This record gives sequence, C-alpha cells and structure tokens, in this order.
Amino acid sequence: MMKALQIENLSKSFAGVPVVKNLSFAIEQGEIFGLLGPNGAGKSTTINMIVGVCRLGSGRITAFGYDNQRDYRFTRRMLGVVHQEVVIDNFFTVDQALKLHAGYYGVKDDPAWRQLLIDRLGLRPHLGKVMLKLSGGLKRRFMIAKAMIHKPQLLILDEPTAGVDVELRHGLWDFVREINRQGTTILLTTHYLEEAEQMCDRIAIMNHGELIALEETHELVRRLSIRQLRLWLEVPLTSIPTRLEPYRPKLKADGRELRLCLPTDESAGVLLQLLCELDLKVRDFETDQSGLEEVFLQLTGMKGNSNDC
Amino acid sequence: MIAEETRKYSPWLPFVTLLRKEILRFFRVASQTLLTPIITASLYLFVFGATLGGRLSVLEGFNYAQFVIPGLVLMGVINNSFANTSSSLFMSRYLGGIVDLLVTPVSPSQFIMAYTLAAMVRGTLVGTVVWGISTLFAELPWQSPLLAILMAMLASFLFAQFGLIAAIFAHNFDTLSMYSNFLILPLIYLGGVFYPISILPEPWERLSYLNPLFYLIDGFRHAVLGVGDTSFLLAFGVSGAIAATLFCWAAWLIGKGYRLRN
Repeated sequence: MMKALQIENLSKSFAGVPVVKNLSFAIEQGEIFGLLGPNGAGKSTTINMIVGVCRLGSGRITAFGYDNQRDYRFTRRMLGVVHQEVVIDNFFTVDQALKLHAGYYGVKDDPAWRQLLIDRLGLRPHLGKVMLKLSGGLKRRFMIAKAMIHKPQLLILDEPTAGVDVELRHGLWDFVREINRQGTTILLTTHYLEEAEQMCDRIAIMNHGELIALEETHELVRRLSIRQLRLWLEVPLTSIPTRLEPYRPKLKADGRELRLCLPTDESAGVLLQLLCELDLKVRDFETDQSGLEEVFLQLTGMKGNSNDC
Repeated sequence: MIAEETRKYSPWLPFVTLLRKEILRFFRVASQTLLTPIITASLYLFVFGATLGGRLSVLEGFNYAQFVIPGLVLMGVINNSFANTSSSLFMSRYLGGIVDLLVTPVSPSQFIMAYTLAAMVRGTLVGTVVWGISTLFAELPWQSPLLAILMAMLASFLFAQFGLIAAIFAHNFDTLSMYSNFLILPLIYLGGVFYPISILPEPWERLSYLNPLFYLIDGFRHAVLGVGDTSFLLAFGVSGAIAATLFCWAAWLIGKGYRLRN
C-alpha cells in the first residue's frame, strides 16, 4: 500500500541556522503517528513544510504518492491541519467560516458532515459567534472542525490539546480514534506524552532538527524504559554489597530502603536470585517502570536518568 | 478512496469561494469600506458641485463640476481598490489567517484573481454610487461610456495589484497607511483630479506627465467629456503598461510565496 506520507532527506534552515536536518520517515495509511520533540526540535517546521506553509529547503515530501510541490492541489486536498498557533478571522461566524473553508478545498459543503463536526466538537451553541467571542478551548475546537471539514485522508494535529481542558482532550482523542478507525491517517505532535503513548502506533522523536528515534510505541518504551525495584529490608544494611553495583544501588540513610535499577533486557528473577544469595531479607518491595515521558527525557538529554536510574 | 476524492473536487470552487469570502468581508464592514468613502466623495461633490461648480470653468465648454466629477469618481475607484486588497491581505498576514489559505489548493493565480476581482467590485461600487450622487450636481456627456468603464476597470485592476504588493511589503499598519497617505493621495491630487495640468506653469506641467495617476484620470475624463490633456490611447497605453507590470510583480511575489510562506 502506498504511504500516506513519505519524507525524504528533508532539510530547512532559517537565516543560515539549520532547523530540520536531513529528515526521513514515512507514515503508513491508517496509522496514528506521533512526532515528538522538545520546543525548537523542528516539529512545527516539518509540519509547515508538509502542508505548504513553509517552503522546502531541500528534500522531498510525498502524500499518497504525490509530490507536495508539483501536485500541491492534490496533496493539500488530502491533508487537513490544526496549527499550533490559533488563527483568527473575525469577519465570519463559526458556521460561515466552516462552509467557506470546505470551498477553499474545492469540495461542496456537506451539511451532514458539518453538523457532525459541530456536534462532536461541542460547537453548536457557538455557531453564530465570531472567533473573537470564543474562549481559548472553543477556538481550538473550531480549528479542529475547520481542519476536518473537507474530510482529509491525513489529519495533522500540531499540539491540538495545548491549553484545553481535560474533558475536551478526552473527547478529542476519542474522536480522533474514531475517524482513524474509519480510515483517516493521523500525524500528531503533543507535549502530553502520556497521551502520545496511549494514542500512537508509532512514535518519532526529533531533537535539534534530527530524528533520534522512530519505533513502534510499545517497542520504544520497552527498549528504552527502565524498571526500578524498591526493597524494604528486615535488617538494615550498613554497606552495599559489591555484587549489586551493576544495578546502580541507592541506600537510604536508615539502611532499610534499597533502590535498584533493572535493565529492560534482564529478567527480574536473576536479581531476586542474587538477593537470596546475598541473604538479604526483604520485608516488602515495589517495582516501577518508566513510560514514554522518561524515555523522551532520556533521549533528548533533558534529564540524565529517570527515577535516579 | 483517492479516486473518489478526485471526482468530488471542483477546480474552480477554491477561486469562487475566496472571491465570495473577500466580497462578503467588505460588506460585513460596509460602514467602513463603502459608506465612509461614499460620504467623503459626496462632501467633495457638494463643495465642488453645489458651491463652486457653476462659478468656475477650467476647461472650455464645461463647468467645474463637470470637470471634477470624473476625477472624483476615479479617485473613489482607485482608493477603494487599493484599500481592499491591501487591508485584507495585510490583516491576513498580520493575524495569521493567511495560513488557512496557504494550506488549501487555492493556486497563486486564483489567489490573485479573487483578491483583484473583489477589490474591483468594491471600487466599482463606490465609483458607481459617487457618480450616482454626482448627477444631483451636474450632468456628464458620457462621450464614450464603454471606454470610460474600461478605463475605470483598468484603474481598479492596477490599484488592486498595487494593494497586494503593498500588503506583502508592509511591516505594520503604519507602513501600510504610508502607501496610501504619502504616495497615492499626493499622486491623485497632483494628477489632475481638481485641475487640468495644462494650466500649470513649467516645469510642473512637464513633471505631471511623470505621474502615472495623471494618465488614469485624464484617460477616464477623456472618455467621459471627450476632451483631455492627452490622447485617450496614450493614457490607456501607459496605464495598461503600468497595470501589466504591477500584475507581473504581484504574481511573482505571490507565486514565490514571498513573505507569505517561510
């Protein structure tokens, strides 16, 4: 099956400063794909190049097999985008703007689809308002409706939940999952990494304009996350046994609480066996596995190690 | 799926929608975009028509009101055509709404033509109403109505292009108003709206021939009254050449996405 999006050797500089460096990745049709990275990583510039707001520095972007420069009329019809920045047009009401927006894409207004978007995004009480009269959350909802009004095959959500309340976030993600099940491919960026972990089939992480990870979400988390084992001992330790050194042990001052880091590729049984051999009497224990957030911080160098591991 | 999308696509709909949106936009703020220029022009008409119109004559065979009305009509057309494209595009850039268009299949040629036609609709509306009001003060001979309409359309087209260019280059609202206040307004006033340049002493008469607005105003007046400072063909030719140059410039800027796409 042809890729929903293919990016090849994409680069972009602003005033001589490279912001996207030789980026390549592809998104399969029907996928929910997360593009993550800290502020300034180059995510929004990449998205802007995909949708046509930003000229390509070098490289190539194809959407559904069509070049986004040469065949822009086709590719832009296939894409819908919710920009990070709120776009304001105070001349038209929510309903009028939605009707107009479908026309820009060369498709006639589909009242049933428009009504569905209005209802699902909770815009019905606000149809007669201009954007200036909408709250921040409502503006965001309106932008999502606008991005979907022409039924795009690839929906790009650039931090769509920034600054919106929990209820809307949940509602939005439910809706995104629903349209994804109906065949729409999703590319999203978000700073809510827990959401990305729950939503995305695959995740790419960018840092300083470069791709530093691209894997299936569960594989990325499994491979790079760290398990921590906290042990409460019957008998306080005065010193840490040398055989525990590979597990980066940390002993609390009272000698009763010991923290150990367990590599993801090592079975917990091996460590338990070692504890028996060392004759450490364990009163209680707790395990903690880091998630995408810890992996992200680790990969982007924003935090040396998670959970002291 | 893709075949279905292609089938549903109407290639002219983006242009028609953008044109409709641009026309609706200025109607939404009609008091600012239509009423204000009409009132301003009406005040000019009152001053030069009801008070001085019958008492002065600067052109043989016509009273002053008859002389000045074609210039005032064209001034309305020019100012409003420029204001429509410049303010609409600049506000889109300034407030970020332009992004909504850049991500759509609207082509650069559709973009220019929609903005231009909307500006021409506004310019023509204002010009027509000003002419309608002017009939209260003086009757015009309308020697060549088709040529007059052609000249008015050319003026509107030309200033719509200029408005697009100004909106692209303007950094803020101050810069934008400078184009209007320090360039267009002086050129209009010195271009023969209120007097024939033939009454000017040298070197002012000769310098007036360097003013592109002179050709638009004189050409329009020539078509309406049958007389002017220069021939209609020269006026039309010079104006047409300027319009074509500005159109090519605007098309190049928009085609390249200059200051529109990063």
